[in-house]
Amino acid sequence: MREPLKSENDLCWGGKKREYPADVKRWLQVMAERGWTAPTWPECYGGGGLSKARAKVLAEEMARLGLRPALFGVALTMIGPLLLQEGSEEQKRRHIPAIVRGERLWCQGYSEPGAGSDLASLQTGAVADGDDFILNGQKIWTSLADKADWMFLLARTDPQAKKGEGITFLLMDMESAGVTVRPIKLIAGNSHFCETFFTDVRVPRENVVGRINGGWSIAKALLGFERSAIGGMFKKERPEGDPLVALARRYIDASEKEIGDPMVRDRITRIRMDQKRLEFTLARTAENAKAGHKPGPESSILKYYGSELNMRRQELIQSILGPHALGWSGEGVDPREVRMTKEWLRSRGNSIEGGTSEIQLNIIAKRVLGLPE
Amino acid sequence: MSFVLSQEQRLLKQTAGDFVKSRSSLKRIRTLRDSADATGFSRDIWREMAELGWVGMLLPEDDGGSALGYMDLMMVMEELGRGLMPEPMLSTTLLGANAVLLGGSEAQRRELLPAIARGELLVALAYQEPSGRFDPHTVQTTAEPSGRGWKLRGEKCLVLDGHVADRILVSARTSGSIADRHGVTLFLIDPREHGVLVNRQMLVDSRIVASIRLSDVAVDESAIVGEPENGGNLLEAILDRATAGLCAEMLGAMSAAFEMTLEYLKTRKQFGVAIGTFQALKHRAAILYTEIELARSAVMGMNQALDEARPGASALVSVAKVSCSDAFLLAANEGVQMHGGIGMTDEHDIGFFLKRARAAEMTFGDAAWHRRRYAELEGY
Repeated sequence: MREPLKSENDLCWGGKKREYPADVKRWLQVMAERGWTAPTWPECYGGGGLSKARAKVLAEEMARLGLRPALFGVALTMIGPLLLQEGSEEQKRRHIPAIVRGERLWCQGYSEPGAGSDLASLQTGAVADGDDFILNGQKIWTSLADKADWMFLLARTDPQAKKGEGITFLLMDMESAGVTVRPIKLIAGNSHFCETFFTDVRVPRENVVGRINGGWSIAKALLGFERSAIGGMFKKERPEGDPLVALARRYIDASEKEIGDPMVRDRITRIRMDQKRLEFTLARTAENAKAGHKPGPESSILKYYGSELNMRRQELIQSILGPHALGWSGEGVDPREVRMTKEWLRSRGNSIEGGTSEIQLNIIAKRVLGLPE
Repeated sequence: MSFVLSQEQRLLKQTAGDFVKSRSSLKRIRTLRDSADATGFSRDIWREMAELGWVGMLLPEDDGGSALGYMDLMMVMEELGRGLMPEPMLSTTLLGANAVLLGGSEAQRRELLPAIARGELLVALAYQEPSGRFDPHTVQTTAEPSGRGWKLRGEKCLVLDGHVADRILVSARTSGSIADRHGVTLFLIDPREHGVLVNRQMLVDSRIVASIRLSDVAVDESAIVGEPENGGNLLEAILDRATAGLCAEMLGAMSAAFEMTLEYLKTRKQFGVAIGTFQALKHRAAILYTEIELARSAVMGMNQALDEARPGASALVSVAKVSCSDAFLLAANEGVQMHGGIGMTDEHDIGFFLKRARAAEMTFGDAAWHRRRYAELEGY
């Protein structure tokens, strides 16, 4: 487990439907036994029960030894913290220990074909029937839904109420009768995104998180966890030197000196400098949070800028590859180059998923700058 | 590493902010310009700034200073920047005092630094030459051995506060050819000496500089500051530190311009509504905000590196200067555009920020120059 991760495929997302190599399973088991897949969660729910300071020591020691985290995913970064904060005692007992052990892979049922940026206009309906809700409708962009064991989702429980007020936050077992999942093929080829259809799916009332019709405020609380998780996405260790410079040396100019193409050299510098500014902003956000200050306004720019920067980076890699960026399949096509081209195609979604860049700018204008509606 | 301000730093920022508000205003800046004030700033305010300990802020206590760092200096420079204060911090505290601190002999330190910290001595650095653009190593001014000393000959330009400086540090070539890193020596001269011609000039942002002609100015060995022939490296170290101070000033100025613009977006009505309701303007305001926050992070990261004397500090100075140059210009350009016609008038203050943005961008290297420098420092 000291082998560096090479791609998303090496990550362990847990869950019952996915097969992992024996060493990955063993590592997960060893870590989960100590609660170290979720070091700061309470021991009574299977967590590590460590203080933030001690969890930091653990993370540093693992990094020093070059150890992989044993488990990834929205269960650890989003739904787990949310349930610990907002869930009922019964919900915590039922779900948190299973998340710690990596037994349940979770997916997020938010977007719908007709509710993207305008999420509050969602139409998937949940109608009360005895001790259950009966769910009908469709979700889209549900990452890993085809591998997931559980889904947390937003459904409309009061069609008469104003947009944001008739929504309920539900937990749903993916094995429930009436759930159908269809993977979506993206422009880069395969993807882990899916469409999920609900036909008269029964969801027990005990699976409501928070109040009935109070789901919008739960969704907002979840956003806070999502934002801090996004922060972690951009911390990419690059011990082997800057891959942009290495690529330029391979494809443009093999010398050890100044990169021969001044335009490429300047574009690399712009990206590196912007990466540095973003890293400093992430550190600023993290340190302010640690010092007990509320997330400062600087945290609201992370999703917007991080996405845009990664997209510019991928554009530059394509420019450096030049004609080598074009191959897709066939003999003589370098699979490393195809992978980079697919990464570029995938990156076009960065400014769309998790709230488009335009929505992020709206949020900054409204919440931070106080510009009028 | 800390991006969280200490109690002391927050207090310092508060004090500096209150000081700028009570002693200055954009009206004062306008009056200094319109009255063609010979000094270009207020000596009374400068004296008060010295009493507050800001002029000698970076100097050790033995030299009469407060032994503070660049993160502390940022608290003061940012507030001075908000008010577009023209008092000679850049020339005297950041260029002059740093030159003597980093390169000066015991005797030079004792003679100059306490007087600088008390606000009694203004020191300028004459390093730029008409043919060199931003490069401190392009030095055509020569120093030739003459008797037991040297004779300086050449032309310097854009010497910040050179018109009032009591002492001027001059870079001169003692060997090598025009752009060599090696072979430059720094000399400290008194502008009243024979052969020194100081010509006062006003820049686009109404700050005052001097162009200086040196015609066989005789100086002796004691005028040399730092290691002879190695003035190029000393200059780089001085300019890195001065750039840090300038970046903090720019950060304050861009924030003030942005706040002015934001207020206008909320109050100016067209088509019956505040223009800040239009998404075309909202998004640009949000992007501008993002750029300013990233610039702030870059300045803080740079200051930490300087305060901890980390090896990569010079590269981070370039990151901060590029960030601040680009963000300040964007804030000023957008400021004028969003104000519409009134933004083009001399009567409105936003134009002062546009002019300062241009001048600050061109001081100590513009964005393109710093990007090239960064690539060189990083070895590609």
